Amino acid sequence: MYDLIVVGGGPAGLAAAHSAWQKGLKNILIVERDKELGGILNQCIHNGFGLHRFKEELTGPEYAGRFIEMLKDTHVQVMLDTMVLDINKNREVHVISTENGYQVLQAKSIVLAMGCRERTRGAIAIPGDRPAGVFTAGSAQRYLNMEGYMVGKRVIILGSGDIGLIMARRMTLEGAKVLACVEVMPYSGGLIRNIVQCLEDWDIPLYLSHTITDIKAENGRVSHVTVSKVDDMRNPIPGSEMEFDCDTVLLSVGLIPENELTRSAGIQMDNRTNGAIVYENMETSVPGIFACGNVVHVHDLVDYVSAESERAGAAAAQFVLGETEAETPIRLSNGFGVSYTVPQQIRVNRIDKIADVFFRVRQVYKKSVIEVSDGEKIIASYKRDHMAPGEMEHILLTRAQLDKVAGDTITVSAKEAE
Amino acid sequence: MKELVCIVCPKGCRLQVDVENDYAVTGNACPRGAVYGHNEIKNPTRVLTSTVKVQGGLYRRCPVKSDIAVPKGKLMEIVTLLNQVELTAPVSIGQVVLPHPAGTDANIIATKEM
Repeated sequence: MYDLIVVGGGPAGLAAAHSAWQKGLKNILIVERDKELGGILNQCIHNGFGLHRFKEELTGPEYAGRFIEMLKDTHVQVMLDTMVLDINKNREVHVISTENGYQVLQAKSIVLAMGCRERTRGAIAIPGDRPAGVFTAGSAQRYLNMEGYMVGKRVIILGSGDIGLIMARRMTLEGAKVLACVEVMPYSGGLIRNIVQCLEDWDIPLYLSHTITDIKAENGRVSHVTVSKVDDMRNPIPGSEMEFDCDTVLLSVGLIPENELTRSAGIQMDNRTNGAIVYENMETSVPGIFACGNVVHVHDLVDYVSAESERAGAAAAQFVLGETEAETPIRLSNGFGVSYTVPQQIRVNRIDKIADVFFRVRQVYKKSVIEVSDGEKIIASYKRDHMAPGEMEHILLTRAQLDKVAGDTITVSAKEAE
Repeated sequence: MKELVCIVCPKGCRLQVDVENDYAVTGNACPRGAVYGHNEIKNPTRVLTSTVKVQGGLYRRCPVKSDIAVPKGKLMEIVTLLNQVELTAPVSIGQVVLPHPAGTDANIIATKEM
């Protein structure tokens, strides 16, 4: 019987396991399907990780390395090359591996830290041929940075999220010609820093309000891509087509939290985040099962994943070692300008002094105000100089503020400052 | 007068840099923006990250970086030099894999234990 089984050995799982160990759990197991710990950080060889956490700029492997080092001082056990097939409400974890075959492991608590996978061509239905040479940006990144395969020579990137931008620079440094980065929205989804250092540094054009409308193949490989301008409704405008002579298309068109296990365990989901509904301590609707990191909601910074996951690990320890009383939670709802909140529910008696609340806004704001209301009065407000959908927002609610809430729902909303 | 967008924080201030007046910066909302604008026009530098071949590791590539920022104009020259580097496991984080490439003060170091 394990005190805690952590599903996933990426940044979320590493931080959760370490924190649970520090809080006194002894028999902890991390189950990881890859051959090593670290998750997607291992292929993110660029720098910019850890500014909040370690006050320095690390690369992905270095950031993961710090946590892997920390775990070496503990007795946390690790099963590599092992896939979790199923989890249920009795906290039984079904795993399979070449080495140990099929096993059913029993845990007193579980942390779900499976992360995300990428949206594929099928998810966005790009017309045209179905040749080789179309990759998600993350799989191309793994081929290039870990396995040592160059995926193409003349490249078009669809989507201007950070992974797409990072891959534009990476492919260029390895000798490919990146012909264009194409973004359907009128603004980029990536950080300005990445627009400058990954596109402008290398004279790669960014086509905003454009999309790929056709892919042509020769001998089974991408040969031409058609890019068209789109109107306000994101419909391609006839006559605006540009044709590119290329052999590779990289897709950076969003991430989907990988929640098959969460669903099969009967855990309540949030259709805004595609992740589990969680309480203030990252506990899901099933007692003793917690979730953290990108499997709950897509983060921009790994530093925040680590912090959130440490809360989940500590809460798992509290669940196993302590006693907790049932309590009616306050529900958080997203008001004007806000697309979701995490956590979705807060049990006031479970928080020490403050509750962290993360959310995203729906549009770009300059000087603006975030308001938290209980329907009768504003219980907290926060000023911001700048907010954008691509940047996760974060507020702190104090115990004192939450104690004043009338009713069982609070609403988080955003508006331009007057 | 040169124009650029500041990348120090997400605000994205539009900076003007006066090349004839010792690269004086205007349009910045904070002192960090002034430093960025000055350096970015006078002597733009970048931390280089890439990979090199490795034998005997779990994977065939070992990630590396420059331990300090290097002039932007030398990035391509340095990655070309990295094509010649071949490591053999074990490799430790921080291990120098190429000292002072292209006449820079930087060392290229491994960023992963392999």
